Amino acid sequence: MNYVALRMLFGDRAKYLMLLCGLTFAVMLIVQQGSIFWGLMMWSQSSISNINVPIWVTDPGIGQVDEVKPIADTAVDRVRSVPGVEWAVPLYKGVLRARLSNGDYHQITLTGLDAPTLIGRPAELLEGRFEDILEPDAVVLDQWAVERMGGPSVIGIGTLFELNDKLARVVAIAKTQKSFTNIPVVYTTYDRAIRYVPRERRTLSYVLAKAKEGDSVAEVTARIHEHTGLGAFSAEDFGWKTISWVLKNTGIGINFGTTIALGFVVGMAIAGQTFYLFTVENLKQFGALKAMGASTFTLARMILLQAFTVGLTGYGVGIGLATAFGFLSASGGGLPFVETWQLLVLVLVALLGICTLSAVISITKLARLEPAIVFR
Amino acid sequence: MDTPLDKGAATPDTVHPSVAVQVRGLVKSFGTGETSVTVLKGIDLDVYFGELLLLVGESGGGKTTLLSAIAGILDIDSGDLDVLGASLTKMAPGTRTSFRGHRMGFVFQQFNLLPALTAAENVAIPLLIQGTGRQEAIARGRMMLERVGLGDRTEFLPRNLSGGQQQRVAVARALVNDPQLLVCDEPTAALDGPNGQKIMELIRDVGRVPGRCVIVVTHDSRVFHFGDRMAELTDGRIVGVHPIHAEATA
Repeated sequence: MNYVALRMLFGDRAKYLMLLCGLTFAVMLIVQQGSIFWGLMMWSQSSISNINVPIWVTDPGIGQVDEVKPIADTAVDRVRSVPGVEWAVPLYKGVLRARLSNGDYHQITLTGLDAPTLIGRPAELLEGRFEDILEPDAVVLDQWAVERMGGPSVIGIGTLFELNDKLARVVAIAKTQKSFTNIPVVYTTYDRAIRYVPRERRTLSYVLAKAKEGDSVAEVTARIHEHTGLGAFSAEDFGWKTISWVLKNTGIGINFGTTIALGFVVGMAIAGQTFYLFTVENLKQFGALKAMGASTFTLARMILLQAFTVGLTGYGVGIGLATAFGFLSASGGGLPFVETWQLLVLVLVALLGICTLSAVISITKLARLEPAIVFR
Repeated sequence: MDTPLDKGAATPDTVHPSVAVQVRGLVKSFGTGETSVTVLKGIDLDVYFGELLLLVGESGGGKTTLLSAIAGILDIDSGDLDVLGASLTKMAPGTRTSFRGHRMGFVFQQFNLLPALTAAENVAIPLLIQGTGRQEAIARGRMMLERVGLGDRTEFLPRNLSGGQQQRVAVARALVNDPQLLVCDEPTAALDGPNGQKIMELIRDVGRVPGRCVIVVTHDSRVFHFGDRMAELTDGRIVGVHPIHAEATA
């Protein structure tokens, strides 16, 4: 009877297409919004992923990576003295204004790296050599800084600009992940970064560290916290802490959650209603099948097959459209769009839920159907 | 010697081997309380193998309800229903569904063909329900369509067939699983005179096969001569069962 079920489904082309459109729309909306949401969350912790070290030591009251709470300069040595720490280096992170030669001002995030090791440098360079950052007044921009400051015609390797009235010279362009606030990043050495910023009592933003081989990151972070009283997190935990802060302190979670829920409800409403109509309009046919010996179980199986067939087709088309959207709109990092397999599995489960619920409404109707309806 | 047509009602205790359907004291009501309507008020009826019984009577007299009860697609309030040697009243719903699928055939007034399926596929449905493989079921569907004179229309969709042709497809569908009891509800109501005659010829031929019988609900006096006997229902009661002499009704 599977064959009959599928012929019935595809035979009513208008309803089939309506069902398909409803489910495709629901899947596309959920995947697209879910991917943008997750992309934004990735952006919110881009400072962590761009620095790419295993352990972050912070002020104990820190909420998220962009909310810098300076710690005492002695923290670096205190962390180094903790058993299990292989190395620990300072990191400066702060917001400054850059003044270009044409008089334009741009807000930037200044990142000061430990000069001897350059730990925390970006993994990929687009132009120049990162080691040139050790030259006098040298800075490295990320590609977003070039974009925000006017493009390659305005700023590039060799361009001079001012940071707090002090000279900076671009020696390289790095490729990084965009930040949630979309403020571009300027890299320099830690010591030079301190010179660029106005004088403060505490200048150390973070201590970056690595656990010795044989010591787990979890054990070492716990030990650092115990020995220094500072906050110590694995990069992953600090990332989740940041995501959690963003969700708690912005409307993003509710906003995207509402849209995703809307996709689910719209999908459910269209699929449920169309399926129910499909069943009601074919009630006499189903009654005839019942009269001819088809059990309620057989009819339920037919309905479920129809529901899952159209559901899985809608899933495929919806994912395809959402991915195409992501590919076209997010290429080059212009839009946050991170389509994870977890999201796709979640959407599949949600879709199967929609299909099952829609089918159950119809099955309930069929279960109560008296085959004698065919004689009326 | 008695022929089945001469027999009166069989004894309530035993079912005569020539009796295909035995109905005793059948009562069926619809609704509850003050709105309750008793449609069948103690029906006694025998239908014999090898005959075509017509159920006739005024509208609302209970013909279709009786047919539905005999076909096992409507629960009754009280009485006994023995069909093809089995008690439908004592049968579990699941068993009754399977019983219908294996031993009964149905012809409906509005054909009830699945519009998305070809004629051959529609005919194959009872076989598909029983679990016959698709290829075999459709092949048998085609053969059955040839038997009803639609061998050149096997791949047509119902919408591309005339009313008479659609009803012939429905008859082929009812016969494809070789049923012992064929129940037909107004099979000629949606057809013109000549098509109605052709359909009734097909149905009558089924009734003439030993070991089979046919019950037809009809208003159409033009097809009365196809019946062997006629049971007349009025106000939920059988008021008469008469043998039909073809020359008298033709």
